[in-house]
Amino acid sequence: MTTLTGEATGAQNSGEQDAGTRNSGFDDAFVELQQATVTYGGGERAVHALAETSLRMGTGDFVALVGPSGCGKSTILKLVSGLIRASTGLVFVAGREVGATPVRVGMAFQNPTLLPWMTIRDNVMLPLKIVPPFRAQYRSKRKTEFRDRADALLAQVGLAGFGDKHPWQLSGGMMQRASLCRALIHDPQLLMLDEPFGALDQFTREELWSVMQNLWMTRRPTVILVTHDLKESAYLANRICVMRARPGRIIEDRAVPFARPRTIEMTYQPDFVAMTQHLRDAIFAKTVQEAA
Amino acid sequence: MSTELKHRIASAALIIGFFLLWEFLCFAFKISSIVLPRPSEILVTLVERMPAIWPHAAQTLYETMIGFALGVAIGVVIGVVVGSSKLAYDVAYPLLIGFSSIPKIAVVPIFVLWFGAGTVPAVLTAIILCIFPVVVNVATGLATTEPELEDVMRSLRATKLDILTNVGLPRTMPYFFASLKIAITQAFVGTVLAETVAGNLGIGNFMLIASSNFDVPLVFAGLLILAVMGVGLYVVFSLIEMRVTGWARRKELTVA
Repeated sequence: MTTLTGEATGAQNSGEQDAGTRNSGFDDAFVELQQATVTYGGGERAVHALAETSLRMGTGDFVALVGPSGCGKSTILKLVSGLIRASTGLVFVAGREVGATPVRVGMAFQNPTLLPWMTIRDNVMLPLKIVPPFRAQYRSKRKTEFRDRADALLAQVGLAGFGDKHPWQLSGGMMQRASLCRALIHDPQLLMLDEPFGALDQFTREELWSVMQNLWMTRRPTVILVTHDLKESAYLANRICVMRARPGRIIEDRAVPFARPRTIEMTYQPDFVAMTQHLRDAIFAKTVQEAA
Repeated sequence: MSTELKHRIASAALIIGFFLLWEFLCFAFKISSIVLPRPSEILVTLVERMPAIWPHAAQTLYETMIGFALGVAIGVVIGVVVGSSKLAYDVAYPLLIGFSSIPKIAVVPIFVLWFGAGTVPAVLTAIILCIFPVVVNVATGLATTEPELEDVMRSLRATKLDILTNVGLPRTMPYFFASLKIAITQAFVGTVLAETVAGNLGIGNFMLIASSNFDVPLVFAGLLILAVMGVGLYVVFSLIEMRVTGWARRKELTVA
């Protein structure tokens, strides 16, 4: 069942690959992996974190990567955000090879990684201090425009009035909300979420799904979400890529048809349950086959 | 009464009790002041001989502070270099360990050979004793930055300098101030050591001369001065630490 979608197969065949300046051929393809592989180390001890993988994402798309540990989910995230380079193959973002054009990237992880010596507001404003064009204006707008911007975003995730607190005064769920704000404050074109809700309890997690959906619908960044939670992937994403380990690769790419805004009630509907059941089978079947 | 206040009273009582016990034992066993003078004798000597002691104390303090300042500055530079690069860490660490494991008293004669007796060997000894704790702490603080946080910064296209100033250095502050408290006491050790071996001024030299004259109360008066200066500077750096890195002791703050 090594299906790629027609779209992804099309991308593989879509012609010339002169790096750097090549347009991806589809104007709406914001992220594109072309037979990208990632290998750590060399010789016999080489680890194939990602086997030849192709993936296309349109602008403002929301793709979830699901699968067992070590299947290369986070590797794709790091490839697209330019933190690591593909060993072979190509990675395009915004029509050019990754790193060639400055793309604003936001990231959030399972661990909120807020800076304990700063207030929540200063933590949220950190990207504005680093990323152009905000960087140049940081000193002058820190106490006015940027501050209002951070407060508005905090209010949107339910943290109004918490700007002056320090991270250690907040609960895990609240810190994760703040971490999402930090990932979004600089209006990123790309939002990378690496199991951001993984360490939270079920109720907080479901609440944050709704917060995340709301953020995505109002701002429409292109999102890649890495998760272990199938329900989460079906609730949030437009598309789900099921991945398999050793070597890491995408074994199935499925569209999620449910209308937005999605609600927790919908996750108990038969078609939603059927979807998660199917994803589960896809992952589980492969594992059995592997064991045989 | 808060528990903190109780603890403070208890520790003050312990210090006073220590001196009272000392006084009492000397008195009860009729210990000669040439062996172990009583605290009251030491205090009297200290007050009476203050004009003679003072220039030496000032000299020791001066040498210690210069040595400490230079040692910390050098230590921070080495620590930042070693801590922010895996390569520098691996390459430089064996040499640093080698230097730090040399007993420092062994290098004082070399400094004297090069610079003559006096201020310079004392300052240099203080410097080399200060450097190592600062290097180790600063390097540790920088090297243990969460990799995810670094990913966040790198994905924002932050430069190495951005990461250092926004994440690395603030994160390292608690480690740095902890090392300052060690470094200041080490600097005192270095200064007094060099003064004792090859000084013509300073508390170390002063105590050496006093003991060769069998003026034991005066030796102890010198010791007391050293203790007071050492504790004083320790307190100063503790207070600065508390102000700058209160966030690192959040547990105490939230409980209080």
